[in-house]
Amino acid sequence: MCQASEDYAEPVREDPPPVPRPGREQKCVKCAEGLPVVVIRAGDAFCRDCFKAFYVHKFRAMLGKNRLIFPGEKVLLAWSGGLSSSSMVWQVLEGLSQDSAKRLRFVPGIIYVDEGAACGQSPEDRAKTLAEVKLVLQSTGLPWHVVTLEEVFGLSPSVLRCAAQEPAGTEEAYKAAVDSFLQKQHVLEAEGSSSVAQGSEQLCSPPSQDPPGMAGSPTATQTEALSRLFNSVKTLTAKEELLQTLRTHLILHVARTHGYCKVMTGESCTRLAIKLMTNLALGRGAFLAWDTGFSDERHGDVVLVRPMRDHTLKEVAFYNRLFAVPSVFTPAIDTKAPEKASIHRLMEAFILKLQTQFPSTVSTVYRTSEKLVKAPREGCADGPRCLLCMCVLDIDAVDSATAFGAQTSSHLSQMLPVEAGLPTPSCCGAGEGQAQRCCRAVCGKEDMQAFVQEQLCYGCRVNMKDLSSLDPLPPYILAEAQLRTQRYWYLLFQEYLIQDSDEEEETGQS
Amino acid sequence: MAAPLCVEVEFGGGAELLFDGVKKHQVTLSGQEGPWDIRNLLVWIKKNLLKERPELFIQGDSVRPGILVLINDSDWELLGELDYQLQDQDSILFISTLHGG
Repeated sequence: MCQASEDYAEPVREDPPPVPRPGREQKCVKCAEGLPVVVIRAGDAFCRDCFKAFYVHKFRAMLGKNRLIFPGEKVLLAWSGGLSSSSMVWQVLEGLSQDSAKRLRFVPGIIYVDEGAACGQSPEDRAKTLAEVKLVLQSTGLPWHVVTLEEVFGLSPSVLRCAAQEPAGTEEAYKAAVDSFLQKQHVLEAEGSSSVAQGSEQLCSPPSQDPPGMAGSPTATQTEALSRLFNSVKTLTAKEELLQTLRTHLILHVARTHGYCKVMTGESCTRLAIKLMTNLALGRGAFLAWDTGFSDERHGDVVLVRPMRDHTLKEVAFYNRLFAVPSVFTPAIDTKAPEKASIHRLMEAFILKLQTQFPSTVSTVYRTSEKLVKAPREGCADGPRCLLCMCVLDIDAVDSATAFGAQTSSHLSQMLPVEAGLPTPSCCGAGEGQAQRCCRAVCGKEDMQAFVQEQLCYGCRVNMKDLSSLDPLPPYILAEAQLRTQRYWYLLFQEYLIQDSDEEEETGQS
Repeated sequence: MAAPLCVEVEFGGGAELLFDGVKKHQVTLSGQEGPWDIRNLLVWIKKNLLKERPELFIQGDSVRPGILVLINDSDWELLGELDYQLQDQDSILFISTLHGG
């Protein structure tokens, strides 16, 4: 592509050799008899039935290959109304209705997050979209949850804490679980058809609304607070990242509340290829394996799974059209945004344009992402986690060689003289309440901003810079930041206390 | 010399936003000297149907990358892409895959 002899003043357009195009006269490459309707990859024409078999097989193979979802587990399907997630939900529904040998064995639920307030939709449009969404949700027959993004203002700081990680099941454990599940099924069937009917009724329980604790529709103040938050973000890039972060926290909260231990998201191959390149540009290179891999276990108890990662957007769109998969179109935060409005849009345009001329672009990026390994940094396996994205921090606090390290250490050295003027340890040792009060005396507003910055990974720090102030953020983020800061100072004081008491003991004995 | 044609043009996946939200359009193409192929149809759509932001739908000669074209529920790559000659009562569907997830 880049040649030494290329003249940059007058670019000479050299069209690449045309990709040989399959014609209508060709037969399906798989069954060699059907009339082809769609071209997959570079030149493979499939007929309708072979395409369906190919598509479904990819989905089942992706789930079967990574034996992460144990039989009987509750899995939450994150549905945005778009093409990929609708296709994913449809595949799960079809998988559940097959005969017992091939039936999918987990227990799904669906969640839909209404982001209309962040996208500036009017209440009437939101209500209309919600009505369409509920129709589709009810037709699935699965338990469903509709939450609005405004509910982030009611979240508790515990959502940002990584819960204890369950050890990943081994191959033997998976096989044993499957065997015992099948045995139970046989027993149920032997007992009589009435029990089986009961079992299937449980699966298709009437759609459940959220428990009365969660607000059905958001209050005007919450909607206003959310609009204020998104309007205070200066760039579209940071807005998209913030939206994604808040959405993840909300879905996590719902999953934990209702006992789901897995969440399935419908990111397709094309989207993940774009996401990989975008994240590199955003400074999240250290976390690519978690952001684009099949499974993402950073939250501990809830694992994010991406079963659609082998399907390209073209395949998804064709499948949805040919087999009438229902989807609901909702405008997003970047609808009708120009090409250079954000890093995400730029990367999307770049990859898709490259794909038209070099049809193996997306699959090459995808294959590269498959090779990424989730290895913790030496000595930091259990280190502090980013406040927002919950990945293990990729910044050394005391590394003065990097710009961020220098910034952090200079700030800490500024704080030390203030620390000398703190009240006696007895005040802070008296309990959390006391610690909170004297820490608040220490932490001014700018200090709070600095403290929050220090608890973020590089990518999240860069995004935070585009926020004019921390005030519009939902309270749980600042509360957790403050708690972590207090814990840090508390441990620091503890060290001093233990040292003092050791010295006293020594003097007493001598 | 191409005879007048009647075709159905449909937009999906979010592309309808650029056409006032209307998904299906019954289009009558008047007779003209050149043939009616997809290339000319795109020019016609840009002039007559597209309400805003043409760069989000058309790029140069063809559709923007990320927009799929189906002719009678078949991939346009099988039918010659831009050079496909339109026939009466054809159904052309433009799906935007760029939106949503």
